[in-house]
Amino acid sequence: MALAAGVWQASQVIELQGVSKIYDDSRVVDSLDLKVADGELLVLLGSSGCGKTTTLKMINRLIEPTAGTICIDGEETTAVPAYQLRRRIGYVFQRVGLFPHLTLAENIAVTPRLMGWDEARIERRIDDLFALVELEAETMRDRMPHELSGGQQQRIGVARALAAEPRSMLLDEPFGALDPLTRDRLQTSFRSIHRRLGLSTIFVTHDMTEALLLGDRVAVMDSGRIVQIGTPASLLRAPANDLVRELMETPRRQADAVEALRAH
Amino acid sequence: MEHLLALLPDYLTGHLQLTLLALATAISISVPLGILASRVPRLEGLVLGVAGVIQTIPSLALLATMVPLLAMLNLPSIGFLPAIIGLTLYGLLPILRNTVTGLHEVPAELTEAARGVGMTPAQRLRRVELPLAMPVIVGGIRTATVWTVGIATLSTPIGATSLGNYIFGGLQTRNFASVLLGSVVAACLALLLDGLVAAVERGIRDRRRGLLTGAFALIAALYLFAGTTLILPLFASGPRSIVVAAKPFTEQYILADILADQITDKTGLPTERLSSIGSMVAYEALLDGSVDTYVDYSGTLWLALLRRKDSPSSRQEALNAIEAWLGEHTDAVYVGPLGFQNNYALAIRRSEAERLGVTTISGLIPYAPKLKLGGDLEFFSRAEWPALQKTYGIRFAQTRPMDPSLMYQAVAHGGVDVITAYTTDGRIGALDLVVLKDDLRAIPPYDAIVLASGRLARTRPDVLAALRSLVGTITETEMREMNHQVDAKGLQPATVAAEFLKHFHEREH
Repeated sequence: MALAAGVWQASQVIELQGVSKIYDDSRVVDSLDLKVADGELLVLLGSSGCGKTTTLKMINRLIEPTAGTICIDGEETTAVPAYQLRRRIGYVFQRVGLFPHLTLAENIAVTPRLMGWDEARIERRIDDLFALVELEAETMRDRMPHELSGGQQQRIGVARALAAEPRSMLLDEPFGALDPLTRDRLQTSFRSIHRRLGLSTIFVTHDMTEALLLGDRVAVMDSGRIVQIGTPASLLRAPANDLVRELMETPRRQADAVEALRAH
Repeated sequence: MEHLLALLPDYLTGHLQLTLLALATAISISVPLGILASRVPRLEGLVLGVAGVIQTIPSLALLATMVPLLAMLNLPSIGFLPAIIGLTLYGLLPILRNTVTGLHEVPAELTEAARGVGMTPAQRLRRVELPLAMPVIVGGIRTATVWTVGIATLSTPIGATSLGNYIFGGLQTRNFASVLLGSVVAACLALLLDGLVAAVERGIRDRRRGLLTGAFALIAALYLFAGTTLILPLFASGPRSIVVAAKPFTEQYILADILADQITDKTGLPTERLSSIGSMVAYEALLDGSVDTYVDYSGTLWLALLRRKDSPSSRQEALNAIEAWLGEHTDAVYVGPLGFQNNYALAIRRSEAERLGVTTISGLIPYAPKLKLGGDLEFFSRAEWPALQKTYGIRFAQTRPMDPSLMYQAVAHGGVDVITAYTTDGRIGALDLVVLKDDLRAIPPYDAIVLASGRLARTRPDVLAALRSLVGTITETEMREMNHQVDAKGLQPATVAAEFLKHFHEREH
C-alpha cells in the first residue's frame, strides 16, 4: 500500500470478464468483456441508457455487478472492502459532487485524509494538484465550491480524484455540462494531465468528438454490449455496423456544415 | 414586587434545570434515533408516528399523566422527575422530524460522491451527511428549545419549581404582576437559549471560531450551573426539609404557609413549599411520601376517595368516615379538621338575586334555564355537579368551566350569571355576591382537614404534634378575611399567614 511519492504515476490494468448488470428484467449491461492496458485512456462511447455509466460504476463498486468478475492488476475488486477499493481509484462525477461545506483545499484533501496521510504531505499534494489543474492555489484554497464557475469546479473535481495518487481513473461524462469553450479547454488540459501521469483511464462520454480527440481506444456501447472497440482511426476507417458508421460521421457532417456556411 | 423578585433565583434555577436537562435528553435521544430512522424506512414511519402522537397530547395533560404513571412504577411521582420525562417527550418530535428530513434532503449526488471518494458509511454520515443536514437539525433543536422553555411553566402543578409558580400563583391570587413577571422572564429565557443555539449553528457554518467558542462557553456555563444546583442539595447535610403542598388557590397558599411556619416555630425544621400542585397530585404525593403534609377538604375526599354517592348526614359523619377510611386503606395520617368549611356553593350578583328574589338554590330553579353557570375547572367533572342536578332537577342555559379567578371576574361583569363559588372566598364579599342556600343539602360538607404522610408520622412525631396544635383553630370568618386580604388587598399569603400565627400564639399564652 505504501506508495512512494514518485511511484504514483505507475498504473495498472483494468479487466472486465462477463460482467452483467440486471435490474428486474432488463439487462443494462450484458456479459461485457473489456480490458484497459497499462496507462491507456479508453473512451466508453454511447447514447444515454446504453449501459456505459453503469459499467463505469461497477468498476469501483458504486454499483455491484449481477454477474462476472472485474480485476485490477489481476486482483478481483471484491477482494478488499469497497471503500478501500474506491480510495485507490480516482473518480470524476458527471455532476462534479464537490462537498459544499468544505473549502476547495478540503475537498481535494478528502481521500488523503481518509487514508491518514500526514498533514505536511497533504498540504504539498494540494499545492501540486492546484498547479496540475491550472488553478492558483494561493487565492483558491480557502474558497467554497459555490464561488466557482462550472469549469473551475470540475477542475477541482479532477484534482480531488487524483489526490490520493490513484493508479487508475474513472470519469463519468465529466465535461458534459460545460459550455463548448470551457469544455474544449478542459479537454486539452485533461489530455496533458493524462499524458503526464499515464494512469489507466476509462472515460465515459456520449460526445463523438470528445471520444475521438481523447481516446487511445474507443469502445462503442449499445444496449449493454460493446459493438466495436478500436483506435479512433480504425473506427473511422472500418465501422462495424450502421450505428458506428453514423456515429463516426457526425463530427465530419458537422464540420462540413460549418465549412458550407463559411463558403457562403 | 420586591417579594416577587426574591423568588426569582429559585424559580429561574428550577426552570433552567428542567429546560436544560430535558433538552439535552431529547437531543441525545432524537438525533441518533433520527439517524437510525432515516436509514431504516420501516422504523421511520413508526418513530415519527409515535412522536407525532405524543405531540398531539395537550402539554399539561402529558405532564399530568406522568404522575400516576410514575406512581405505578414506584418512582417519585411528583416534582422534577415527571416534569423532566414529560418535557423530554415533548421535545422529541421537532428534533426527530428535522433530523430525518435533514438527512433525506442531502442531495443523492453528494452521498454518491462521498462513497466514490472512499468513505465508509460512518465517515459519510459524520463528514458529509450530518454537516449538510445540520442547519435543518438545528432548526428542530431551536423549535424544541422554545417549546420546552414555554411548556416548563406547566410543571408547577405537578410539583416542580419553575417560572410557572409565578404564573399559577399569580392567577389564583389575582396578582397580575406575578403572572407578567413569570411570562416575561420565561420569554427572555426562550430568546436567550434560542439565540445561543443559533449562534452555535452560525459559528459552525461560517467557521467563526470566536462565536462558536463564546456560545459553547455560555451553554457550558448554564449546564454547569444547572447541574451543580441540581446535585448539591443531595449532599447537603442537616435535617431534611418538611414538604408542605398547596393546591392552586389562595386559601391553600395561606394554609400551606401557616402549616409551614407552625412546623418551623415548634420544631426548628426547615420547610419547603410545593405550590399550585393539582388536587389529586397532592394526595398521591402524600401517599408516596414526597409531600409531608397538606390541607384537603372532607367533601373532596368523601367523593374522590371514598367514592360515596350519598350525602353525609352531618359534618362529623363525613370526618369520621374519612378518618376510618384513611386508616384502613393507606398509611396517611388524619391529623384533624382546622375548624372551618370551604363549601362549593352557587353564588350570584346581589342585584340579580334581589331582582329575582331568590335566596336558595330551589328558588333559582325556574330562572336557571335562562342563566349561564360558570364553574371552576374541575367542578363539572366532580360528583357535586350531577348531585346538584339530580337533587334539584335544575338546568342552566349554558355551563362554562373557567379558571377560578376569571370566574369571579366573569360573574361580577355579567359574563356569566351564576358561579360555583367557595364559601370562604374573600371575593364573595369583595365583589358583592350572594351565596344561595343549599336548602336540599345536595353538596357535602367541606371541612378543611390537615393530612400528613405516614413517613412523617413515623419519623417526626414532633412535626405531627405541631400540626395537631392547629386543629380547630381557624373559623370560617377568619379564613374568609385572610383570603380577602390576599385577593382584594394584594397582601402576600406569607404575610397573612404570619399575622394569623402571631395572633394564634398570643391566644395560646
